[in-house]
Amino acid sequence: MATLAAVLATTHHPFYLKATTMPPEQQMPQAPEWKRKVEAYRETLTCAKPDILVMIGADHFHQFFLDNYPQFLIGKAPRYDATFYNEEREFGIPKYVLEGHEELSNFMHEGLMERGFDFAFSHELKLDHSIICPIITTRPDADLPVVPIYTNIFVPPLPSPKRFWDLGRAIREIIDAYPSDQRIAAVGSGHLSLELGGPRQFKETGPDPDFDRKAIEWLSTGNIEAILENVTHESMTASGNATHGFMDLILMMGIAGPIPTAYHDNLDLFHTMEAYFTWYPEGAAA
Amino acid sequence: MSKYYVNKFLFTVDRDPELLRRYKEDPRSLVASWEQSIGPKLNDAEVSTVNFLTDAERDALINHDYVALFEMGVHFFLSLTIFIAIYDEDYMTKSGPLSFQREFAEKLQHWTGKDYPSIALWQAAAR
Ligand SMILES: [Fe+2]
Repeated sequence: MATLAAVLATTHHPFYLKATTMPPEQQMPQAPEWKRKVEAYRETLTCAKPDILVMIGADHFHQFFLDNYPQFLIGKAPRYDATFYNEEREFGIPKYVLEGHEELSNFMHEGLMERGFDFAFSHELKLDHSIICPIITTRPDADLPVVPIYTNIFVPPLPSPKRFWDLGRAIREIIDAYPSDQRIAAVGSGHLSLELGGPRQFKETGPDPDFDRKAIEWLSTGNIEAILENVTHESMTASGNATHGFMDLILMMGIAGPIPTAYHDNLDLFHTMEAYFTWYPEGAAA
Repeated sequence: MSKYYVNKFLFTVDRDPELLRRYKEDPRSLVASWEQSIGPKLNDAEVSTVNFLTDAERDALINHDYVALFEMGVHFFLSLTIFIAIYDEDYMTKSGPLSFQREFAEKLQHWTGKDYPSIALWQAAAR
């Protein structure tokens, strides 16, 4: 059976690449620290020696729009383009082509259906920064095949926090059951408290530093009870209008299970708290 | 009221460099041609006939009025992204990084601590 090599849950900050590669004299003061933290985080994936990446993200109205927006969707293509024109324009993110893994995509899709998750699916999927940002930060060579999974954290009605947790648990079972000797890592991105296009955007800190502190504590200790007691759609809205991306971090902990992280770190940046979590549910690689 | 159609405007214009340029330079004319020939496209082959902009929505789009759009419950990501594309560079040159984003937030200060207008399409806008 396949080995779950690592589970990574990270915030995605689309300006990371630009912020850390512009001429040093133009960089923000935190850029070197940010780069150091990201590179240390990257090492937690590298040392797990993954062969395949299951990537969790959310389309920000790039391929999918309100005429047809999927709650949960899996990519089943042999190959994926990534980065849309307006992401290149705004964030300076380059284009990528990632190899897919049709066999694991199919196995995952069937397994999800069997477990009561009737996923939408796509055979022509272009990935946005929710998946490319973590590639840039944790696997910049972009040299592994991926199985992309999209969730709706973006436009109501959203699935519940519990549903994200349960989906993570289901993905874990399917990875564990995959008949292969390969090492699979799951890498997903979301947000802590975040405001976009509202009165609390782009302040010195994220819109709700208190929530951010608690969220980091809950995730790093594997405390799903506290999350499900405290986090609702309404509470996330109160923490910032785009905070619902936190549910993708809940999903990642669902893949790991209710266990403490092996590694976590965070960085208080302008307008948002960056946070990085890694679990090794089956123990660290030898 | 068609939140859907206003969102569709922002979605289709933001992803197309030529439409975006025209929306920056001559919003009134771009909004008019969008309503005529772009908004009604379901896809490259099919037309949909069921959507329209209200006068208030059309005015908000013509005036780049992101406060009005926020109050109509237009999706925050679309609105922020397109107006960053239109204004960020000029503000940056004049007043430094994030000055546009901070002015955007400033103009919405009267919503701090209140329930924002819902971005859910089935819920009515504010007021
Ligand atoms: Fe995002």
